Amino acid sequence: MSLFNRKKPAPIEPLSASNHNLAPEPLVALDDPDRKSTIGLEYMTYEQLDEFGAELDAVRQRVLDDLGQEDADYIRRVIRLHRAFDVLGRVLVFCVFWWPAVALGVAFLGLSKILENMEIGHNVMHGQYDWMNDPLVEGARYEWDNVAPAEDWKHGHNYIHHTYTNVIGMDRDIGYNMFRIDEDQPWYPSHRFNLPLAFLLMLLFEWGVMYHGVELDEYLGGRMSKEEFTARRKRAMRKVARQVLKDYVLFPVIALVAIAPFTTWWAPVIVLGANVIANIIRNIWTFLIIFCGHFPAGAETFREEDAQNESRGQWYLRQLLGSANISGSKPFHVLSGNLSHQIEHHLFPDIPARRYREVSEDVKLLVEKYGLRYNTGRLSKQLASVAKKLALLGKKPDDPYLIGNSPESKALRRAKREARAEANELISA
Amino acid sequence: MGLLRRTLASPPMHRLTSPRTPDEYLEYLHPMWTLEAVRARVIDVTPETGSASTVRLRPNKAWSGFMPGQHVEFGVEVDGTRRVRVFSVSSSAAGNDKTFTVSVKAHPDGFVSQHLHQQLLKPGSVVYLSKAKGDFVLPSALPERITLISGGSGITPVMSMLRTLTDDGHQGTINFIHYARSRADEMFSSELDELATKPGVTMTRIYTREPALDAPLRGRFALAHLELIGIDPRTSPTWVCGPAGLIATVRDTFAELGASDNLTAEYFKVPSVDLDAADATGTLSFEASSIEAENSGATILEQAEAAGLKPAFGCRMGVCNTCAVKKLNGAVRHVISGEICANTDETIKPCVQIPVGNVSVEL
Repeated sequence: MSLFNRKKPAPIEPLSASNHNLAPEPLVALDDPDRKSTIGLEYMTYEQLDEFGAELDAVRQRVLDDLGQEDADYIRRVIRLHRAFDVLGRVLVFCVFWWPAVALGVAFLGLSKILENMEIGHNVMHGQYDWMNDPLVEGARYEWDNVAPAEDWKHGHNYIHHTYTNVIGMDRDIGYNMFRIDEDQPWYPSHRFNLPLAFLLMLLFEWGVMYHGVELDEYLGGRMSKEEFTARRKRAMRKVARQVLKDYVLFPVIALVAIAPFTTWWAPVIVLGANVIANIIRNIWTFLIIFCGHFPAGAETFREEDAQNESRGQWYLRQLLGSANISGSKPFHVLSGNLSHQIEHHLFPDIPARRYREVSEDVKLLVEKYGLRYNTGRLSKQLASVAKKLALLGKKPDDPYLIGNSPESKALRRAKREARAEANELISA
Repeated sequence: MGLLRRTLASPPMHRLTSPRTPDEYLEYLHPMWTLEAVRARVIDVTPETGSASTVRLRPNKAWSGFMPGQHVEFGVEVDGTRRVRVFSVSSSAAGNDKTFTVSVKAHPDGFVSQHLHQQLLKPGSVVYLSKAKGDFVLPSALPERITLISGGSGITPVMSMLRTLTDDGHQGTINFIHYARSRADEMFSSELDELATKPGVTMTRIYTREPALDAPLRGRFALAHLELIGIDPRTSPTWVCGPAGLIATVRDTFAELGASDNLTAEYFKVPSVDLDAADATGTLSFEASSIEAENSGATILEQAEAAGLKPAFGCRMGVCNTCAVKKLNGAVRHVISGEICANTDETIKPCVQIPVGNVSVEL
């Protein structure tokens, strides 16, 4: 929303930090703490929901108890592969006198960045390998090869997105504040450009992730303090500087000093170009995988009121219904960081991703047992579905309540704000 | 440091490998080629007594030596998990030896020490170390008289001191007093027999449970022992290492004589974990902020907040890993699964872990 509209930020109550010693605050119904969440009632009863939650807890525990040398060896193998692709790629793009070598180098560099961001970075930062007690794969310590600083990405992704998955107005990853990807999202005029904007974001994805993590919209909306925002901006600038220095300054300079005198003066330009393309390859790939994780048709979204006071079973169910898998070969799963098993990842974000395949068998059994929907399909099918949705939802809807800046929507938002303020007052009184 | 190492460790190199470190590339070429991470290969593991063993290690170039009395963090990887314990160096610091040893008494619940003692750590395997640390060391200007007192496995750091002093041909007097349950329970017995004959060394070994028939000294440490050997605590700087009981007695004795300044002590702390403890017992220590709190039975995150700390947190339901923190020792119980984790130095999510008995975390 923040890119093109919202000239005037709406005044919103800042979240209170003094009584944060509660369950995640926004998921507690302030007006009625005893009201039960309605998520999943169309599929099962509250008793069944509890049973469903316990069954998934048992699956998670079974995997956790089974973690061992094989999982450690696996992630080290992937890391070794990343190092090999990285070093080979860097060396090959220096062979400016023979273009096939440069092309291969670009491919290797792109591959190494994909492996590092997806199967290593994303998964390590979820804490999937914390049990190994190896500082090099420790979630809290890891920093990835991406312009987005790990700390802010982890907040937006691990916490906000994985806790409030697909809750409209809470999960900032629904459309990334840029796109209308769900019918229940309000429509703004900028959404006419849903498709071309998505194409642009695809090429610049790492920069989009970085911008998303700075949370300018939260700051402008009055939900984030100036100190917090400044700190985020500074972290982002520092990380950008380091990444740009490495890929776009230091390696070209080395080419200028070490290669150019013996080959051609434009050797540094080739190295620079190779690094740019490698980063774009990674951007395109990660964009495709991530947009197919929650946006294909059939992935459900939820209203905040319905998700409030949800039980563990309901939380699990929301994750399952809100995510979509991509089918494919084994190398495809590795390159996607096993996010092709998005459903399993959302159910169990902290178990090593290589286990999602075996876990999916248990999940499918439960899906069958409770008559749920398991959203999966080939990459091409899921992508087509996402593109179609982006195109359709970019059109102005007829219902005025679906148009963000219509008088009707504004009145609705005002009423909601006032109700919340009243509830807050009641609680503090 | 060689030119190559200096280049690889230089800031520009870190810029080129950012956000990784050069070590993270080098270790995949060869596990021992790291610049900053201290690693060592196990040369051999020798049993010392029925329950203690000595491990000889060849460290990589990142190791910068040790002073006798210091300890190292010692990490072994078992089933994919690195288990870390702190052990004292037991070998001599004299000479040009590229290796050193740690000597370890197997603790019944000690995963790492049992692993060593049962000969599961094979020669040639890699262990993950820290640099040598600790203030329990001899001063650079050695005093004329040195007293070394130890009890049980507390002998390891003072053994390193004794070996170094005798190897260096120390000219002063060394009084070595060691308390063990019996000769069978004593580490380094034959070497101690030999060192006892060195000039300047007065060796006193007291077996508390099975004393020798002609032993002049019996029982646990008392001032009378020092008097009989002829040590005046006021004139002889003393280093003591061993169980808490021994150290407390020695400390009181020295304090009564007004000789506390002459005493340096090191506890041999074996974290005791009582898995059956009721949830709300023991003390929760926040090491980084030096705060201790009575365990209230709430999650560690809640207890930290109750103690006035502001740890990072996110979902508060064990999903997002924002609050992940090192648990230094003690046992914790998962609020959902009920599973208990009792390893030293492991990462936990404090929002879903309740302390069981005494626990210390890095908060």
